[in-house]
Amino acid sequence: MTITTENIDLRAEADQLISAGSADLARASLAELWRKEAGAVIAPFLVSRFEQLRGKLPMVSLRTSFLRSFTVEPGIPLLRAEAFVRGIDLTTKVGDFNAFAQEILDSRSTLYSFDPEVVILAVRTPDVAPDLWTQYTDLPPDVIASIVQRVGDSFAQWIRAFRERSSAALIVHSLEALARPSAGVLDAQEPTGQSGAIHKINLQLRQIAGEHRNVYILDYDGLMARHGRLRWQDERKWLIARMPIAADHLIYLSREWMRFLVPLSGKTAKILVADLDNTLWGGIIGEDGMNGIKLGPEYPGAGYQQLQRAMLDLARRGILLAVCSKNNPDDAMEALKNHPGMLLRPKDFAAVRINWTDKAQNLREIASELNLGIDSLAFIDDNPFEREQLRKLVPEVIVIDLPEDPLGYAAVVRDCPVFERLALSSEDQQRTAMYAEQRERAHAEQTFQNKEDFFRYLRQEAEVAPVNAATLARVAQLTQKTNQFNLTTRRYTEQQVAEMASRPGWQVLSLTVRDRFGDHGLVGVAITKEEGDSCEIDTFLLSCRVIGRSVETALLSHLAQLAASRNCGQLVGRFIPTRKNAPAREFYAQHGFQKVEDNHEGSVWRWSLQQNTIAIPDWIRLKTTQGDHN
Amino acid sequence: MTASILDQVRGVASDLFSLPLDGIKPESSPENIDSWDSTQHLNFVLALEEKFGLQLSPEEMEQMRNVGAAAKVIENKLQRA
Repeated sequence: MTITTENIDLRAEADQLISAGSADLARASLAELWRKEAGAVIAPFLVSRFEQLRGKLPMVSLRTSFLRSFTVEPGIPLLRAEAFVRGIDLTTKVGDFNAFAQEILDSRSTLYSFDPEVVILAVRTPDVAPDLWTQYTDLPPDVIASIVQRVGDSFAQWIRAFRERSSAALIVHSLEALARPSAGVLDAQEPTGQSGAIHKINLQLRQIAGEHRNVYILDYDGLMARHGRLRWQDERKWLIARMPIAADHLIYLSREWMRFLVPLSGKTAKILVADLDNTLWGGIIGEDGMNGIKLGPEYPGAGYQQLQRAMLDLARRGILLAVCSKNNPDDAMEALKNHPGMLLRPKDFAAVRINWTDKAQNLREIASELNLGIDSLAFIDDNPFEREQLRKLVPEVIVIDLPEDPLGYAAVVRDCPVFERLALSSEDQQRTAMYAEQRERAHAEQTFQNKEDFFRYLRQEAEVAPVNAATLARVAQLTQKTNQFNLTTRRYTEQQVAEMASRPGWQVLSLTVRDRFGDHGLVGVAITKEEGDSCEIDTFLLSCRVIGRSVETALLSHLAQLAASRNCGQLVGRFIPTRKNAPAREFYAQHGFQKVEDNHEGSVWRWSLQQNTIAIPDWIRLKTTQGDHN
Repeated sequence: MTASILDQVRGVASDLFSLPLDGIKPESSPENIDSWDSTQHLNFVLALEEKFGLQLSPEEMEQMRNVGAAAKVIENKLQRA
């Protein structure tokens, strides 16, 4: 391998841009360098340069701690570089070798004093089940069964103890099977066998994770298998440095970690926008026509169809799909509607832009039409020129490179961490249908002269209820993902939300909204805490779906009523400005709150509960469910 | 443009130990580079393996006591390949 002139230029370019203060362009150079050269050689360079860009780029920080039974250190520069490229500034801490159990059980250990937001428990089969690993053929079946039970119980104990001591997300590596089972081909003839016994432990892990909040399994065994067990491992480095993974495979472990860290940090894409010609089908519809484009289950149309299947899988995960293509709309719509090879149909797209306008403009329009931040758009296009142009014109958009071979398209989309989700709410799964309803609403809105008539026509019903087990995941998700109508932008995990809801004097309320067109689902959250005679609004947010429908007034009115009924004298609100929450800036002013403080951190607003009530708009029917308000 | 193996090894060390390229000499070693501890030595070995597309044996890792020696080990290995 050689250092090419081009890469020297990218490094020099990044350094020049950093010293010139062009943070966005420097980021683009570093990201390009990483796309071309991702690995242990370039990772330290990227990390040091991104560290110089701290404070000049929008980055979220994430404190991540490793509990491990092997050397993970060489993977960390790779992980940090990968994270920086995706706008995540990772602070990492690695625990001592094989000290994970003590660190978990001792609430005064450095694990907890580091106060991590994410903890990765990376232990391997030879360390937690050495007898199963090396002495399998010596052991009778009942002993093997008891080992499986014992190892599962140990994990259950560690996970439970961790959950009691920390609200951080916990990612647990599953246990790997052997590349060469001790009993040879006989292993597959036994009812369970050595590999089956390890698999049984892994099934227990999944179950344990499901019993706790914010605990996730990383399928380490599957990861190894995907890359080939024999290529994955490096026995020499294991023996001399406790590093079991081959140098050129470490990047895959880092990327697997990223598939969890990206959704945990909120740096995900909410919509995938796809080009059409040579992306969703082979060929050019305007030239090749319906019968000429390649799309179907056989080669060469199969690659395109597989991409469409991958996109459908994303839609099931709550990710919206859209089309953005330079084409004659009639030709392209004909294919979308009627081509027999299409797995995606017009109803699967939340937005469609088929025109000759430039794509940057189209993407901005799609974002604003769907009320999404431009940085929640991901874009795929077979044309490298279009991709480069978009990276320059709209650097916030996540532009995904497609390989030259269409048979590789689906894998790229499936591997991209911005589409990962760690839990699904029913809202996620119904999102595309909701956007179709949204289009009908927008259409109806245009036929009314004034807003109030439109609101009356909508027949909105709002329901406020205390958070419960069924709504907890969605409530936490909204605090993590809502950027625009969010007064304080405080991000909470499920665990934290549950804790707040159980504290005396705290209320965690959810708002669900429906109207004549359909159900918006759970779209608002308010969290309040009482201090003395005042009730402070810790969190007040509304999903972008219902911004401008006046349901926020109904929710605020309910908060005021609830606080008054609990003998509070005043309601106190706070606005903390971010880059994105301008839509919420005037919220308290519009509702007649009095500003009592205003500084660089934000403003504080007060509403006296003695004289006033906040009126619920007469076009909203508000229903409240009483929980066990403590 | 292909830099000499020594220069490429120096480049890797410069990034890894966050030192200017001029400061990395053939005789640079854990003795005179503070951040060159055992973890960083492993990272150094892994980066070189990735860069030159080879796997180094425990004996070879042992021989790589400074930048010059590391370049020598890699040169020998590439010639044998």
